[in-house]
Amino acid sequence: MQKKTRLFVAGLLSSTFITGTAFAGGTHPTTGEPLADDQTFIYRVLDEHTSVDPQVVEDVSGSEIVRDLFEGLMNQDADGNLVPGVATGYTANEDNTVYTFTLRDNAKWSNGDPVTASDFVFAWQRAASPELASAYQWYIELMSIENASAVIAGDKPLDALGVKALDDLTFEVTLSAPLPYFPQMTTHSTTFPAPQKVVEMHGDAWIKPENIVSNGAYVLTEHLPQERSTRERNTMYWDNDATIIDKVVALVINDENVALTRYMAGELDRTEMPAGQFPRMSKEHPEEAISFPRLCSYYYTFNLSDSGPEEFKDVRVRKALALTVDRKIITENVMAGGQTEAFSFAPVATAGFEPPEAKMASMSQAERDAMAVELLAEAGFGKDNPLKFNMMYNTSEGHKKIAVAMSQMWKQKLGVEVELSNQEWKVFLETRGNQDFELARGAWCGDYNEASTFLDLMDSESGYNDGKFESARVDELLASAKTSGDTTPLYTEVEQIIANEVPIIPIYHYAGVYMMDSDVGNWPVNNVQQNWYSKDLYKIAE
Amino acid sequence: MLSYIIRRLLVAIPTILLLIIACFFLMHFAPGGPFTSERPPPPAVLANLEARYGLDQPLWKQLWDYVTNIVLHFDFGPSFKFKDRDVNDIIAQGFPISLTYGFLSFLAASSVGIVLGCVAAIRHNTWIDYFTVSLGIAAQALPNFIMGPILILTFTLWLGLLPGGGWNGGQWQYLVMPVIALSTSYMGSISRITRSSMLEVLNSNFIRTARAKGLPARTIIWRHALKPTMMPVMSYLGPVFVYVLTGSVFVDIYFSTGGLGQAFVGSALSRDYSVLLGVTILYGVLTVVVNLLTDLAYAWLDPKIRY
Repeated sequence: MQKKTRLFVAGLLSSTFITGTAFAGGTHPTTGEPLADDQTFIYRVLDEHTSVDPQVVEDVSGSEIVRDLFEGLMNQDADGNLVPGVATGYTANEDNTVYTFTLRDNAKWSNGDPVTASDFVFAWQRAASPELASAYQWYIELMSIENASAVIAGDKPLDALGVKALDDLTFEVTLSAPLPYFPQMTTHSTTFPAPQKVVEMHGDAWIKPENIVSNGAYVLTEHLPQERSTRERNTMYWDNDATIIDKVVALVINDENVALTRYMAGELDRTEMPAGQFPRMSKEHPEEAISFPRLCSYYYTFNLSDSGPEEFKDVRVRKALALTVDRKIITENVMAGGQTEAFSFAPVATAGFEPPEAKMASMSQAERDAMAVELLAEAGFGKDNPLKFNMMYNTSEGHKKIAVAMSQMWKQKLGVEVELSNQEWKVFLETRGNQDFELARGAWCGDYNEASTFLDLMDSESGYNDGKFESARVDELLASAKTSGDTTPLYTEVEQIIANEVPIIPIYHYAGVYMMDSDVGNWPVNNVQQNWYSKDLYKIAE
Repeated sequence: MLSYIIRRLLVAIPTILLLIIACFFLMHFAPGGPFTSERPPPPAVLANLEARYGLDQPLWKQLWDYVTNIVLHFDFGPSFKFKDRDVNDIIAQGFPISLTYGFLSFLAASSVGIVLGCVAAIRHNTWIDYFTVSLGIAAQALPNFIMGPILILTFTLWLGLLPGGGWNGGQWQYLVMPVIALSTSYMGSISRITRSSMLEVLNSNFIRTARAKGLPARTIIWRHALKPTMMPVMSYLGPVFVYVLTGSVFVDIYFSTGGLGQAFVGSALSRDYSVLLGVTILYGVLTVVVNLLTDLAYAWLDPKIRY
């Protein structure tokens, strides 16, 4: 068996630092910037996290905490590239179905126990366990681990899952399908290790501050639900000497305007920018208002199923509607936070993805509008016989603004009569999932930095394909992308089909829009997934 | 009196049961469930989740298990959203917070409101009256979701005197703004009700008699006018008491206090059935108890009322 070997120079980073933990008040070892005495990072979260159990956590703010408390096989650097975590490197067999990870021998749990391959075996089996019933069992299935589906369904025992500890420092994963991007997926919190002894001793309560044992750069020292959680430096962490931030505090502030006020009062180092505030704040505080691309898309989906309207079965109608949406107005006037116009489903920032040369993107809005009028007339709609449909979004001021703007554009340019309706989030999801809509809002953020995390939604079998778009060619391309060494042209072709068939109207790609204290160093603005690690940050002396 | 109290408490049991049943079915009839998400879990995962939380059982069985768990073990079940916390945890954490700022708000609203109302009535048609009436109307017109941001802007951003939010175990700095925000509009209402009630009492025959026999004004107000004045105020204070004690979602949102109000609304939105039911039951029990206390207070205030 010929092996592709990719080993990382793990020691390189750590060897540049001379032993000694006290960075506070000194200078940064690589950039030479003066460091603040108080290395505490305080940031705002929108809502209380669902859990800090790596196998259970479902929400973004919980995952951010889990990424600090636990360390998985691989980490991401500030640009989103894969760097060693607990594993120093990995090898894959020729067809990418068996991955072998080599673990570092100095990784420890916060109670001093060594981190071993069996901790990963335990955690991955735990994630698939029907008894734990994690909502993220689907992630284990998505990773195509051997027997994952059968284990989740309870048809096979936990130890049938394709994970093995060959010895204390060698962890082997067997996949049921070749996945070239598998190592990328091990940066996700579901795959982080769990301390078996502690979990078995305390049950569900093992993640409470008084019980928790973790292997990341930080330990959880305080959790006041709905108020704040605090994590502090883990002295047992293998790379603790290179960690600069001592303490990280997440404050739950539900209202974004209050959060901004508290940021301005100096209580926070980072907060999300309320919609529409970016232009003003970037003028008044240019050093603190930041915006950068995110791996998320905002779109509207046509209902192409049998329950959908007859009019939408005509591709000319769909195309005309997509053409007339002036994305520039939405990104620059409505959102105004550095969002980018979308002409493809997967964001341009996605790794290894090249959007097709969409004719639409290169046309001026006037040309698009003219083309749309023609197309709609061809389809038999005009001033005397206007196209009418219902457009649905989940209740929110922001979504309403966009929907109103879109319906006005259609009305003015095409004479289309749109009825707007909104529903509370869970009702909306149910309605959309039951194909009980005509045109509905959608948004998707990538789970990993690869185009399939978006384009798989267009698979006719996908449970997330709410518009029920079906294309045999797309299914075929997506299937072959799972095994192909060069996926870029395949994804480009899928996007080309989406551009031609218009099952969705991409509107914009998200931006991360923050107020960030200028003394926070090394925030990973280039990491499109915004997988940030507090251990990589530092506070500069003012 | 004692038998009256016992009778009321016995009636409370079926009332609370009815509340549980109504809330349970309404909740389950609302579209969507705790595991409805933008990424709907695959069928096998959903089946595991439902089995874990007993949602695969028929509704009557779920209801039966729920009620028996409460009665036998005082266990209100696990939260569907916060995986490592159960309803008892959530209430134990949030209720003391709501109770603290709620009770203080109640004290502030009722004491200041009643004093303002009385003063206005006694100094009827003077500048003091006009001033307190306009103050009352202004306070009433400023609901807490307006007061919240204004207070934070003033005390945190401009004056830099108070922290913008949080709880910190209930230190006074963290209590000031929530209490002001929550109490002002009630204060306004209480002062207006007190004022008009006091005016009515002051114009009644027995007060005229008291004046005629030469009692000093102070004695007339304290001994004779105040108690009857409190009757309509009392019927307003009862529900206000329950409302502020159970926490205000606005206060929780604007001041990040971590009280029960936010948990209640959040659980309805995320279809966290058990938390929603648990908090509803708590609110129900509180309402029943406070109503009983209000009725007992009537008897104390008005000698005509006997139980």
